Parts: sequence; C-alpha cells; structure tokens
Amino acid sequence: MAQEEAVVAVINTTKAFLCLFIWSILSIPSHAAVLEQDRADVLYHSYDGGGMKIDGPAILLRKKASESIAFSAYYYVDTISSASVDVMSTASPYSEERHEGQLGIEYLHDKTTMSLSVGQSDEDDYLAKSFNFSLSHDTFGDLTNLSLGVAFSDNEIRRNGDDLFEEQSQQYRIRAGINQILTKNLSMALNIESIADEGYLNNPYRTVRFIDTSVPAGVGYQSEIYPNTRNSFSTKLSASYYLPYRAALFFHYRYFSDSWQIDANDIELGYRHPLGKTIELELKVRYYQQNQASFYSDLFPYQDAQNFLARDKELSDFDDLTLGLGVTYLIPKQFSMSDWRSEASLQWDYITFNYNNFKDPTAQAAVGEEPLYGFSTHVIRAFFSVYF
Amino acid sequence: MIAKTYIRASFVTFIVSLSGLTGCAQPIEPWVKPYERQHLADPIMRTNRHPIANKHIAHVYDARESARGADGAGGGGCGCN
Repeated sequence: MAQEEAVVAVINTTKAFLCLFIWSILSIPSHAAVLEQDRADVLYHSYDGGGMKIDGPAILLRKKASESIAFSAYYYVDTISSASVDVMSTASPYSEERHEGQLGIEYLHDKTTMSLSVGQSDEDDYLAKSFNFSLSHDTFGDLTNLSLGVAFSDNEIRRNGDDLFEEQSQQYRIRAGINQILTKNLSMALNIESIADEGYLNNPYRTVRFIDTSVPAGVGYQSEIYPNTRNSFSTKLSASYYLPYRAALFFHYRYFSDSWQIDANDIELGYRHPLGKTIELELKVRYYQQNQASFYSDLFPYQDAQNFLARDKELSDFDDLTLGLGVTYLIPKQFSMSDWRSEASLQWDYITFNYNNFKDPTAQAAVGEEPLYGFSTHVIRAFFSVYF
Repeated sequence: MIAKTYIRASFVTFIVSLSGLTGCAQPIEPWVKPYERQHLADPIMRTNRHPIANKHIAHVYDARESARGADGAGGGGCGCN
C-alpha cells in the first residue's frame, strides 16, 4: 500500500515538473543552449575480487549531425569467469560473456533537450531490451535545469543446461531531477526515481540452505523464491563546489527503499585537483550500507520455511567502502591527431564488502557456525578520450 | 510507513521550491549572472567529465548492491546474475 502511494507521489511530482517545464518554456526569454561536444572514448575495464574476474572493452561515440541533433553509440563487453562464494557452495565455476549495445539520439530545441535511446544486453542466459526517453530544460536565467525521464526494459531469463527454462520480467522507471546553481561556486541537484519490476526476479541458479538433520552434512538446499514484483524509490542529493585554488569538491547522498523492506544509504565525497596544465588527480571515498530483504536468511530452520526465500548476499545486511584514485593526462596538442584534444585516464577503485549475516559456506565449520563472509575487489578503468 | 512519510516530505519540499521558482510566492531574479559562472563552467567541475567511466562504475554498483536509481542517468535492462 505504501509503495502504491509512493508511485502516486512520484507521478504527482512528475506532473509538477511537467507543469514547470511548460511554464518555463513559455515564459522565459531565452538564449539557446548547445549540445555537448563530439567525443570518442575507448575503455578497458577490469574487476577482480571475491572469486570473480570480469574484464573487457567498451566504446562510446558521440557526434553532432547539426547544431540541434546528436547521435551516440555505446558498446560494452564483460568477459566473466566466476568462482564466487555463491557458485562454490552449490555449483561449479563458469565463464561467460555479456555484450551490451546502446544507440541514442538527442534533439535540442532552444533550451530543451530530448533524448531517446534503445539498448540491448545479451548473454547466454539473459537478454534485456531497453528503451529510454528523457527531457531536460534550462530555465530561470539558466540557473535551473529540470529533467524528466522514463525507461522500460523487457528481459528474457534462461538457465544454461536447461532448455525448457524460460522466464520473463519487465522493468519500468520514472525519474525527475532539478539542478540549481546556488552561488558562483556551488551547484546542487536533487534527483528522484521510482522503479517497478514485475515477473521472474530470481537468480535461476541460486539456492537457499536449510537445516536438514536427515542427511549427514546436516544441511539441505532448495531454489530461491522471490516475489514477482518489486517497487523501489530513491532520492539523491548532490553538490559540486569550486575551491578557490582551482579544484573541485563533489558530494552526494542517496537514500533508497523498496517493497522488499530493503533500506539503503550511500554517501560519497570526491575531489578533483589539476596539477599543472596536463594532469588531473581524482580522489574518491564512498560508503554504502543496506539492511536485508524481509525474506532473506543465511540458514532457514527447515525446508519451505516461508513463502519467499532468498540467500543472495546482495539481499543481505551489509556495507561496503570504496577508496578511489584517478589520474587523467591531458595530451599536449602537438602530440594529438589533427589538433583534436585528447586525454588518457587511469582510475583504480578498491572496494571492501562486509556482510553482517551472510556466512562463508566454504569455511570448515559446523553448519551455521561459519565465519561471516567478506571480500575486497580491485576495479580498474583505463581509457582514452578524443574530442573532435 | 517510513517510505510514505519520506515520499510526502520529498514531495512537499519539491512543491515549495518549485512555487518559489515559478513566482507563486514572490518574483526572484536569477542571482548568478552568466558572466559570473566561469568557475562552474570549468571542465574540472563536470560530474560527467568521464561518461564512459561513470557508466562502468554505475554497472559495478548495480551488480553488487540492492540500491538503484536516481543517479541522474538513464537506466535499462542488465543481466547482472
């Protein structure tokens, strides 16, 4: 019930934004905005931790066809080899690839930008097709930017080794945002988004464990069972501040809650500092915390203990801390192609996860007496950007 | 219940701030002039300075954490098994 009201509140807020959009378009004498600069980015990414190694390339292209129309294309590959704790307890290590593509078009009219994109993510056992539409409008002497967006995705879920298994799910998103320049050095933004999922939301491979005294190991396994709907709502407050010696400070706080009784908070502080004319240094610290879904348990007391069952560690009570470091080298013009401005960047994040009620089933201990699980991961991005 | 109160509080905050902007309360002039925005226009102030890296970071967090949304970017389907 509360979630239904949440959706109504989001729709009301969106209506208020729409009214403000129409008012601001009609009433403000304006100087036209401009589309972002043409650019191409090529990236190599790597994630290594918790028994998972994921890496691959990505490419992002953006090109204006005129002063009012721009096209974009994005292609991303994940090559995954997994022997994570979830897999090692009940299954075998596996490897797979995920390919994601997205095509977009942006149309600028005066101070309003309309963006439309379609995308597809494809792996052996999961096919997701998505559609995105968003509106963004500068108003109030360009001190305020308002944005609205909707997205839809349709997903096909399969299970490798089981040709008969085929499930569907859909996701609907609606979002709104306001970005406000507050002083010569400070701007703030407030974004809200409601997401509704329906259909098969389980992971088809994961199991829950329960106490089973009829077998020598003392533990039995059964498939997870999730609800067929999930409604979530999140609010994010962000701020960007220019420091007097030419450096930038970034802050955000996000609050998330959903109909599975998960509440989550994340807070991030970032700092960007130029060194001379060619180097930019970035530092980041981010803390995330969530409580568990109402139907999560590390060890159920018996089989079919409740209607919904989960032991996915992403639905448990946990926190994580990210420490990030990034360096961007602004390549001098004499070394660039055709006078195009280009940059080379390297970013490294170190993330530690601490689970508060997910125990390590691979540890040598009696059932339910295992130590709590935790792991750390290194996330690396190396990329090259060209502005043309 | 907490979510309901929270949503209402967010909604009221929005409406109050919007009514101020729309002039329902009293007219407010933009107080930072275009020629005073060189600091805000500096490339180092751009949150989306590295869009391809931001997409990757968002994907990593989406896969490892339950929270999603309100990141100011478009979402979509993702096989994050």
